[in-house]
Amino acid sequence: MKARRALDIGRAVANAETTASAVCEATLERLEHETGRFNHFITVAHERARARASAIDSAADRPRPLAGVPIAVKDNICTRGVRTTAASRVLSDHVPLYDATVIERLEAAGAVIVGKTNCDEFAMGSSSEHSAFAAVRNPWDLSRIAGGSSGGSAVAVATRQVPLALGSETGGSVRQPAALCGVVGFKPTYGRISRYGLIAFVSSMDQIGVFGANVRDVAACVGIIAGHDPRDATSALRPVDDYAAATGDDSRGLRIGVPRALLAEGLENGVRDAFDESLNVLRRDGAEIVDVELPHSRYATSTYAIVVMAEASSNLSRFDGVRYGTRATGAMNLEQMYSRTRALFGHEVKRRIMLGTYVLSAGYYDAYYLKAQKVRALIRQDFDRAFERVDVVATPTSPTTAFKLGERLENPVQMYLADAFTASANLAGIPAISVPCGFSSGLPVGLQLTGRAWEEAMLFRAAAAYERLTPWTGQMPAA
Amino acid sequence: METLTRDEVLRLARLARLELTDGEIELFTRQLREILAFAQQVNAVDTSGIVEASPDPATGQATLRDDAVLPSLNRAEVLALAPDADRDSGLFKVPRVFKR
Repeated sequence: MKARRALDIGRAVANAETTASAVCEATLERLEHETGRFNHFITVAHERARARASAIDSAADRPRPLAGVPIAVKDNICTRGVRTTAASRVLSDHVPLYDATVIERLEAAGAVIVGKTNCDEFAMGSSSEHSAFAAVRNPWDLSRIAGGSSGGSAVAVATRQVPLALGSETGGSVRQPAALCGVVGFKPTYGRISRYGLIAFVSSMDQIGVFGANVRDVAACVGIIAGHDPRDATSALRPVDDYAAATGDDSRGLRIGVPRALLAEGLENGVRDAFDESLNVLRRDGAEIVDVELPHSRYATSTYAIVVMAEASSNLSRFDGVRYGTRATGAMNLEQMYSRTRALFGHEVKRRIMLGTYVLSAGYYDAYYLKAQKVRALIRQDFDRAFERVDVVATPTSPTTAFKLGERLENPVQMYLADAFTASANLAGIPAISVPCGFSSGLPVGLQLTGRAWEEAMLFRAAAAYERLTPWTGQMPAA
Repeated sequence: METLTRDEVLRLARLARLELTDGEIELFTRQLREILAFAQQVNAVDTSGIVEASPDPATGQATLRDDAVLPSLNRAEVLALAPDADRDSGLFKVPRVFKR
């Protein structure tokens, strides 16, 4: 099937030029054939997808604007009746009783959920190798990682099996795999999109994000799922702008800040070249490029590590084998049942739970968690100051292109450094987007734009303007 | 700067209710030390006089809903998800806690 935009599919189905069922069958057939190559799906939701597609086709008024648009969903977002594992053995047979709010809103707009994508266990990782199922492979080079944690969703869009996919973000888990797979990835302001039904990992940072093959599709999708939800007390009452409309403007007069000092070290040459060229393109189009300082962002990954471990250890205490999920067999008493059930977690999850337990324990709380929350306040303050002078901040999304499978698996600190340019937006709670900005040795590079809280529209405007000026979002990996 | 001993790793695993294999104990003792040393980079930042970040980073004006009774999940469906439950009395079941 020819690659098509989400909004074009939605229009064609709504106008009865094609049927949701035809689109659905074509998608399911591709998933069947290609999942084994990339390990990017954990569950293909045949029944639910077909039922939904046929309901759309028989509706008197076909829903808009996503009628019949196939969408893949990261497997840490709950789907009623469809297994939701968070890529963990602890939830390997878990079938939720309810849909996440984002699923309800997408379906109301006509979307068809076609499957649940592979990821790092409980979204803990930057490579989608920490999955209890299999490591996700990058479609540009099967010996390399897809990025993570939402790697499966990135691959589903990169291969154009679906035009849109949902992921989740805690420190770059949508933007980084988007960059490494050559697609658009977006993370909203903290509180912009309801988390009801998202399996909790780090409550002060987790957000649901969106992957798409182009900026306008992503903007339209975000417009559908954003907005207050009474079932998520952290979701904001702020009005949602018309994000799709914002993609029509050019970049003239846009002030773009570049934190040169932050980018001085650790950047792969090919990534630096692609990034510098993207700034040239924007400058020629009429944007103003300004130097900004984000002096504390160099501590983003260490600050992030502490906050993440603390909150993860607390959130994952709910997996005890009592109410749902897997229970280890053969335990002689309750204590042993807990410990053996939780032994089913993978290594990265265990590491984070133990260190989180450590940094929150008496005598260490001030030195780690409290200290990290203070540095976090400084990271946020740096952005506030930068945004007094610029509209968006630009950096590469990832310091490197996709690395080899296994390369960082036994070296957790190296893995954490993959989030060097993404984690600060999560710590600050502000929105950010990654758009394809070229290639380095045949591997995709992403340009990251970070914006003021609640000003997603500005990000979509800037990203769409850049996209129109360059050929990169049209690029697809060889079939 | 403090680091982790093998005994501390065992203590953390016990506190977090994680049964570890011998191999994991060795591996994690090394890796958790490395991660802790990495995390300690935050100490290079002068944070005197800084108030820690608020829990709601972007001041989304998180709101509480009215304290009204609303439908929640169906009890029978919830119990059907449990590894072990007594559906008639509406209880989750776990292994024995006390000796008789």
